Amino acid sequence: MRRAAKPATAVARLVRLRFAIARRVAQFGTLLLFFGTAHWGWTIAGRPLLQGNLSAASLAGTVPLADPFAVLQMLATGHLLLPEVWIGAAIVLVGWLMLGGRTFCAWACPLNVVTDAAAWLRERLGLRDLLNIPPTTRYAVLALAIGLSVLTGVAAFEWVSPIGMLHRALIYGSLFGLVAVAGVLLLDLAVLRHGWCGHLCPLGAFWSLAGRAGVVKVRFDAASCTRCGDCVKACPEPRVLNLNRAGERGVIDGGECTNCGRCVAICPEESLSFGIRPLTRVRVCPPPSRGFPS
Amino acid sequence: MAVDRRRFLARTLQGTAVAACGGSVWYGLIAQQAEAAPHALRPPGAAPARDFAAACAKCGRCVAACPYGTLRLADLAGHGATGLPYFEPRAEPCAMCPDIPCVKACPTGALDRRLTDIAKARMGLAVIDAENCLSWQGLRCEVCYRVCPLKGTAIRIDPHPRQISKHAVFVPVVSSDACTGCGLCEKACPTEVAAVRVLQPALVQGRIGAHYRLGWKHESAPSEPAAAAPATAAPATTIAPSQSVPAAPAKAPGVDYLNQ
Repeated sequence: MRRAAKPATAVARLVRLRFAIARRVAQFGTLLLFFGTAHWGWTIAGRPLLQGNLSAASLAGTVPLADPFAVLQMLATGHLLLPEVWIGAAIVLVGWLMLGGRTFCAWACPLNVVTDAAAWLRERLGLRDLLNIPPTTRYAVLALAIGLSVLTGVAAFEWVSPIGMLHRALIYGSLFGLVAVAGVLLLDLAVLRHGWCGHLCPLGAFWSLAGRAGVVKVRFDAASCTRCGDCVKACPEPRVLNLNRAGERGVIDGGECTNCGRCVAICPEESLSFGIRPLTRVRVCPPPSRGFPS
Repeated sequence: MAVDRRRFLARTLQGTAVAACGGSVWYGLIAQQAEAAPHALRPPGAAPARDFAAACAKCGRCVAACPYGTLRLADLAGHGATGLPYFEPRAEPCAMCPDIPCVKACPTGALDRRLTDIAKARMGLAVIDAENCLSWQGLRCEVCYRVCPLKGTAIRIDPHPRQISKHAVFVPVVSSDACTGCGLCEKACPTEVAAVRVLQPALVQGRIGAHYRLGWKHESAPSEPAAAAPATAAPATTIAPSQSVPAAPAKAPGVDYLNQ
């Protein structure tokens, strides 16, 4: 398989990695805000800066934040929650929709650092997939999470979530939860490429569904594209980069896109760029006469 | 066409089977976790076990709000479902803050904000192991009594007469209707392993049952219908302080004079 040309200079390398670096800064920055508030007493205007964790939090002691998927599961158990957590879930939902929906996965989820590391390592080691499951499995897991919440009376995914366990381990030091994180690492490394994020994670599935209404998306300029296919190889979500469809719509509009920016950074023609999704489906350019690799 | 349909049906069946398989494992995991660690002590105002487990977002804001570092979030190593807050009194008891910051911090209502008087919290119940309690051996320890925030109500000291020519012992006694389960007593207990422990009331408390009538506690004659008795006799009321040291009973105590 032809690989994308390696950048010659260090500066070019940094430019190529600009989104990867920004994502790590965002991911660790989010963690640091939570950690600093919990352990070093960080405040803003005399109030705790960001108290809680990704499940539910409070910004500056006033703005409630909550994971809408967690709240959905808790509602499925039949428990009416306080309005604070409803408002928090609405704020977070609208916020991530503005940023594109599944942007959460690539820019805030702490587990993404682990799975990206696994993906990098497995590529280095040249490991092959041990089994093949459809990427749509995650929607079945999502449905199961809601169904089991109804059946068991507790938020089903929150109880087994390696994301929550990792986050709590890092912020509150409940370290034994890292066992589940190790499980995800091994799954992604030894069993299936992007096994967790790309196939199983119901939180990712939730944001995928929400992401269909996302605002910030990757725009595609079919006219300048040379169909080299580098973007498709770089993309962790193979279903997302359908360039025929993107050529028609001018935007990568699949909900499963995490806005990770790998394709934008690697494209030698700069045909891909972050932008606002067009409000109406305008045909940006005529559909290509030849098919794109997809 | 028929082959396509057959394949579609087969795929659907396979998918359903896999989902059912995974679902049952998942269900089992949750059910097991939900029943694990029934002894875990929860923050003040926590809803009953299953409701608390359902409504808690595992966000840890109660942990952050606690000024004493009492609360922790459970991980896979025990203390029930991962992420639920708990505390271990021997490590750090609940200080019973009058403003109850942990309850105020809870965004979901898993910790009930209607709890405004910390003395009404029921986190657990202190239980004394008389065999290993210094006071019960005859020493004037009484540390648990002295540190109890509801001293005299939740823990009181009862004189316990012994045989002639031996002095009485003074023993701590817990009233379940007043004990909040804060665990200050367990933390302060000077024995190597605490002789007073905070436990979940459901794990240690019995219930007499409505069909027993303790005749000497009711003014009505035994011949009268049992309906006069309270439906469920709370065991705590049997050891209310006023009854332990009977001061010249004004009313006839009933037929059972042997209990005098």
